[in-house]
Amino acid sequence: MTDPVSALVLDESVEFTLSELCSACSVAEQLVVEIVAEGIVEPIGAGPQHWRFSGIAVARIQRVVRLQQEFEVNLPGAALALELLEEIERLRRSRGR
Amino acid sequence: MEYKDYYKIMGVDRHASAEDIKRAYRRLARKYHPDVSKEKDAEARFKEVGEAYEVLRDPEKRAAYDGLGMRKPGEEFRPPPNWESNYGGRAGEGVHSDFFETLFGGLGGRSSFRSRGFDTSAQVDVTLEEAYRGAQRALQLQRLGTDEQGRPKPFTQQLNVRIPAGVIDGQQIRVAAQGQAGAGGGPAGDLFLEVRLLPHRWFRAQGRDIWLDLPVTPWEAALGETVRVPTLGGRVDLKLPKGSQTDRQLRLKGRGLPGNPPGDQLVLLKIMAPPATTAAEEALYRQMAETLRLNPRQAMESST
Repeated sequence: MTDPVSALVLDESVEFTLSELCSACSVAEQLVVEIVAEGIVEPIGAGPQHWRFSGIAVARIQRVVRLQQEFEVNLPGAALALELLEEIERLRRSRGR
Repeated sequence: MEYKDYYKIMGVDRHASAEDIKRAYRRLARKYHPDVSKEKDAEARFKEVGEAYEVLRDPEKRAAYDGLGMRKPGEEFRPPPNWESNYGGRAGEGVHSDFFETLFGGLGGRSSFRSRGFDTSAQVDVTLEEAYRGAQRALQLQRLGTDEQGRPKPFTQQLNVRIPAGVIDGQQIRVAAQGQAGAGGGPAGDLFLEVRLLPHRWFRAQGRDIWLDLPVTPWEAALGETVRVPTLGGRVDLKLPKGSQTDRQLRLKGRGLPGNPPGDQLVLLKIMAPPATTAAEEALYRQMAETLRLNPRQAMESST
């Protein structure tokens, strides 16, 4: 076996600036600004230059962008779908208890 | 290479209109899109459907595909000798089947512009024990390379990834620069792994907390005895509070999945009634009825 490659767990302990987040998600800054305005991810810090995002934002942004593009819905529609899907996943998990 | 019946994959007949095909695609996308679907092998189905749609939505490709005539799906297939692939396939957009690549992959489909490769994603199944200790995974990744003629060609690559201790269900792990290769000397995309915690026989994870139903005897609970409790880190001794009832929750601080802060293990007591099968056991129960005088339905009786 070759040496394993290292992996970064994208959890609350990881922090991204706006430009780091954009390169992690392969999206343009303007789209992230719109996603923040929609309340899909909530950075800490005042104004885009000071924004700090948690690692969890990466998955949400990638997912909402895929939903938006692949189902041809607008951002509020994709955000609604995302939240409903996350709610279903939460319910599925707690039902497993 | 295997022949693919794109009409069958999309569930439409060969005379379907462009609208029929689009409608079928939309329906299948809602069913199998990996972001919305919980179906088994949703991702493989979605790729197959996407590939079928890419051909059938494009009148030129559809006509070329129809020109091949009808065959049985899975039938061994060779493209006609006069087949000219000039569709300018968009390499790197995802991995297509050999069948698609041969017919529509296109010569020189790879862009010579310097561009970053696409990000790719995969799901990793992790047991709770592995989540607790960390694990190593050998992943089989579908990659897109080029053959001798410069055509896109899928191949499989093995990658060993270390999964850190303390991952939780649904969490994302980024493996830098292990996505699709870049073009024209551009950097590779990243590989994103989504953790799926596998169900465990005893434990249930909720975030970093671990839940366990612990069967105890009535006397262990009543007398407050010390019992052995399994945790992901090994067995620990737990002193039950005297007079515990069933469904009582006890917290083993920091015995859940590691992290900052680590999760707890929550122990839910389940008092098991011993069976009364012999005369002596029945006598004992009668004696308990006399001595203990419990009416568990008192609240219900007084409220009606």
